[in-house]
Parts: sequence; C-alpha cells; structure tokens
Amino acid sequence: MIELDSITRSFQVGDQSVRALRGVSVTIAAGEFVSIMGPSGSGKSTLLNLLGLLDRSDSGMYRLDGLDVTALTDAEAARVRREKIGFVFQFFHLVPRLSAADNVALPMMLAGVQPTLRKERVARLLADVGLSQRASHLPGQLSGGQLQRVAIARAMSMNPTLLLADEPTGNLDRSTGRDVLTLLEELNRRGTTLIVVTHDQEIGARAGRRIAMEDGQVVADSCPSGEGP
Amino acid sequence: MTSRDTFSLAWGSLAHQPGRTLLIALAMSIGVASVVVLTALGEGARRYVLDQFASLGTGLLIVIPGRAETSGGAPGVLSGQTTRDLTLADADAVARLRGVERVAPLNVGVAQVSRGGLSREAVLLGSTASLLEIRHMRLIQGHYLPAGPSDQATQVCVLGLRIRAELFGQANALGEWLRIGDRRFRVIGVLATQGQQMGFDSDETVAIPVAAAQQLFNTASLFRILVEARGRDAVAPVKEDLLALLKARHENDADVTVITQDAVLATFDRIFTALTLAVSGIAAISLGVAGVLIMNVMLVSVAQRRSEIGLLKALGATASQVRDLFLAEAGLIAALGAVIGLLLGLAASFVLGRIYPVLPITPPLWAMAAAVTTALVAALLFAWLPARKAARLDAALALARR
Repeated sequence: MIELDSITRSFQVGDQSVRALRGVSVTIAAGEFVSIMGPSGSGKSTLLNLLGLLDRSDSGMYRLDGLDVTALTDAEAARVRREKIGFVFQFFHLVPRLSAADNVALPMMLAGVQPTLRKERVARLLADVGLSQRASHLPGQLSGGQLQRVAIARAMSMNPTLLLADEPTGNLDRSTGRDVLTLLEELNRRGTTLIVVTHDQEIGARAGRRIAMEDGQVVADSCPSGEGP
Repeated sequence: MTSRDTFSLAWGSLAHQPGRTLLIALAMSIGVASVVVLTALGEGARRYVLDQFASLGTGLLIVIPGRAETSGGAPGVLSGQTTRDLTLADADAVARLRGVERVAPLNVGVAQVSRGGLSREAVLLGSTASLLEIRHMRLIQGHYLPAGPSDQATQVCVLGLRIRAELFGQANALGEWLRIGDRRFRVIGVLATQGQQMGFDSDETVAIPVAAAQQLFNTASLFRILVEARGRDAVAPVKEDLLALLKARHENDADVTVITQDAVLATFDRIFTALTLAVSGIAAISLGVAGVLIMNVMLVSVAQRRSEIGLLKALGATASQVRDLFLAEAGLIAALGAVIGLLLGLAASFVLGRIYPVLPITPPLWAMAAAVTTALVAALLFAWLPARKAARLDAALALARR
C-alpha cells in the first residue's frame, strides 16, 4: 500500500536548514492501523504531510498503491488526495459558515459528484458517525467530539483507502477522545488503512503497529511489515 | 467541481461577510453608475444638438456659387471672385434631377419696407413656395408664396411675425398692400415665429417671389439654391448629380460649392461621440479604482482564510479550483456592484431627465453593457493576483497548528 524509501525533507528556518526527515524508509500494508509517535520536532507531522501529498520530499521514493507519487504534478496530486486519502486534523478544520452536511459534502463537491448522489451519501456518512440529527447545524453549534466526528465523516466521504489523522484526540477530553478513536478503529476494521500521529500513549498502544520517531528518523517499529513480522 | 458549486461556495463566503461585500459592491456600483450617468448626459447633449439640426432638414443641400477650395478663402460670392452666377434656370434644372424632392432658389437682400407712415429695414428673402417646407417654417395666417414658375414676379409677400406687428400693430395685415423698395406688394401670409435659423431671424424677414426679388435688386443671379433630397440616403447621389449638372451648365467649370446638412451633422456627431467617450473613459477609471479595492480586500481575505484554503487543498482541490473560487467571489461582487450601479445610474438619469427636460437623457445600451463588462473585467483582472496567491498556498503550512 505505502512504500517509503529513504525519504528526506529539510526546511529553511531563518538561515538554518532543518532536516525534518533524514532517510525514512517504511512500508505499510493495506488495512493496517499505524501510530506514529515521537517528541515535538521529531518529523512525524512532516511525514504525515508527505504521506498525504501535502508536501514533497527532497529525495527518496514514495509509492502509493504501486503508483510512484513523488513526481506528480499539483493537479495529479490533488486528484490522488481527493480519491485515495482522507484527513482528520487536531483542530477539525471545518468551514465555519457551512453546515455539518455541507462540510461533509465538500470533498464530493470538489470531485464534481452530482448533488442528489451527494445528499444521499452525506446522509449515510452522518448516520455512520451518529450525527444525523445535527446535519444542518453549523460547526459553532457543535461540541468538540461532534466536530471531530463530522470531520471524520468528511474524511470518509470519498471512500478513501488511506486515512491520515494528525492528533485526532489532541483537542478533546479523554472520554470523547476515546469515542473518536473507537470510530476510527471501526473504519480501520472495515478496511481503511489508518495512520495516526499522536502524543497520546494510550492511542499509540491501541494501534496494531507503532512507529516511533526521533530527529527525523524511525527509531522503533513494533511490527515492521516491510521486513516481515 | 461544477461551476454551480463554485459559485455557491463563493457566494456563501461573500454572504458570510455581508458588510464587507456590500461596501466593495458599492465602490463598484459608483463606478458603473457614473459611467452610465455621464454617457447618458453626453448622449443626451449629442442627440439634443442633432435634433436641432435635424429640424432644419437632414436631406438638405445648399448650393453656393464659387468654389471654396480654389482660393482657400470664403466662397466667391463673399470675395467677389465668382465667374459664373447661379441662375433661376440652374435652380429649375436642379429641380428636375432624380432624388430631388424640392428646390428653393434664394436671394437675400435688405430693403426698406413701409406702410403708410411706418417704415423699417427688413431682410428680404426672394424664393419660391418650396422654401416653406425646406426650412420647416409654419404660417399662422394666409398662404405662403404662390406655387408656379419661379420666374413669375408676382407682387405678393409673406411677413415675419415681428415685421407684421411693427407695420400693422393689431390691424389685419392679410390682403393689405405695402411698399418694398420702390414696388408695391400685397401681404398674403404671416409666418409663425421660428427663432434663429442659419443666421436669419425669420420673424424679421419678408419673403417675396424670387423673380420679384431679382427685379428689386436688379440682378439675375441667386444667393443660394436650397435643395432637399428624398431622404438622407439620397443626399450623396444628389450631391454628385448636382455638381455634374451645374458643371455642364457652367461650361464645364466646377464653380459651385455644395454643403450638405449631413456633413455638418456628421461633424457634430463625431465631436459629441468623442466627448461622450472621453467623459465615460474618465468615469471608467473609477472602475479601475474599485478593482484595486477588490484586490486589496481579496489579499486580506486570502491571508485570513489560509487554513480554509489549506483544507480545501487537503480535501483534493486543485490549484485552479482554489483560484476559480476566489475569482468567482470577485466576479460575484462585481456583478452585484454592476447591478446596483445600473439601477443607481438609471435612477440618476431619470432624475436628471426631469431636471433638464430639453435633454433627451437615456443611458445608451452600449454604455451600460460597456460599464458592466469593464466592472467584471477589472474585478477579475485585479482578483487574479490574490486568487493566484491562494492557489499557490502551501497546504501543509496553512494547516499547521495555529
């Protein structure tokens, strides 16, 4: 599903070059639940952005579903994001002026899905996260847990094979965070590959596979599928 | 993404900040309204002047003896250089040309007009019955000069309103006799007041048959021949035929000048159109200013909505989709402004039309279309930079933790 080979990425901060990733090589199979953990500045968010095609590596090779995505044009990358990748963010990133239903519909809108089909799928997606009653609510009228569930419904709206979550529970209290995690695990059970970046040891522990990062390198991999279990 | 979705998303973000949206639209609408009003005024002035000229007859040709271009000076009759005079026979020959509706030979002079003890100088117009129609004059009493051969020196006259008043007072003038120069003429009609026309105040004139005028002034020549063509289209061919005819009649010497009303009209038309365009061009600058305003606000908006833009990209929006979204916002604002501006402009034109009823103030359709198009083009042009900026935004950075 995902093959990373010696990925490097550095940023220019002031007159200093910061090497966020120094040769990361990871292979993740379809359907895995992977947690990426590590201290701040370890490169885990950069890795997630790279995986989500929001960022490009300086060198190395990234294959997604057998397709080399390192050299995609901007439009091609957008298409891959649209069709294969769902994002869940720490700060939810819902558009405040759009209702829950419209937020969930946004990726389908961008993909040009017909309005009638869109409506149907939005209803089903909201039902899946238990928010059918809140479809017409604006984000300002929803609680943090509900917001994250709307965001998850949105991430799943194009039925992606890869779900990337960046601190999905970081902004939620413990019990709500657990609910959200349960929801993500449920999606993973249905076949979606789930990669979660987190500080939370509990989430890390629940993942089937734990990758620990430090200084832009993978320092531990509990079940390195690339090398065979 | 379908364009309908693009516009509905763009509209959503505009409606989210109604105050800001309305203010920019207002700036745009002032530009559109000023273009509409100023062109309406310019067009009104143009049409006013053209109407004034048209009231003299748009099919009018004036034949003047002498050639304007030979000496670069005035036509011969003024400088006394003309070789051959225009004659009544010339006028009659012109009248037989194809495309000519009517012809009025004209002799002009000043003569003493007296009745009993009252006497004054008056401009004497020697002409024929056709002059009445050619000059669009009206009678309030009696008849105009008698129709019939132009060389018939009937001793009758038609008085201008003021001459009549000064010579007859309240008394009846019709059928009375008066003395012009050394001859007696009978009053057969009185002209309605007409105001200034081509240098004469028709109220101060006395019209007599052209043959009688020639006798009075002891001349065989004509001052002018007024020719009315059958409609505007006939003016050009008539002018050509007329010149050829008179050249043939004048021993192959092209010694007359023909002025067409059309040429004068066309000149005024050009002057006023140029003026209107200049004025509306200046007004269009305000549309450019409104465009800069849109750019400004869009730049701020892009900065404010970084995370939303980043989100759209993460959800699979391409750079061109993001760009189109911002362009759609600019286009919608401009369209809103244009609609408000058109309404404002039409309302202002209506009010102006009420204040200056003599001016036919209606904004021309082309000006309204041009104003709206300029508004849209300016908005899209100036929104291009912010939209491109949004499209090029680094999604990963934009989504980074706040």
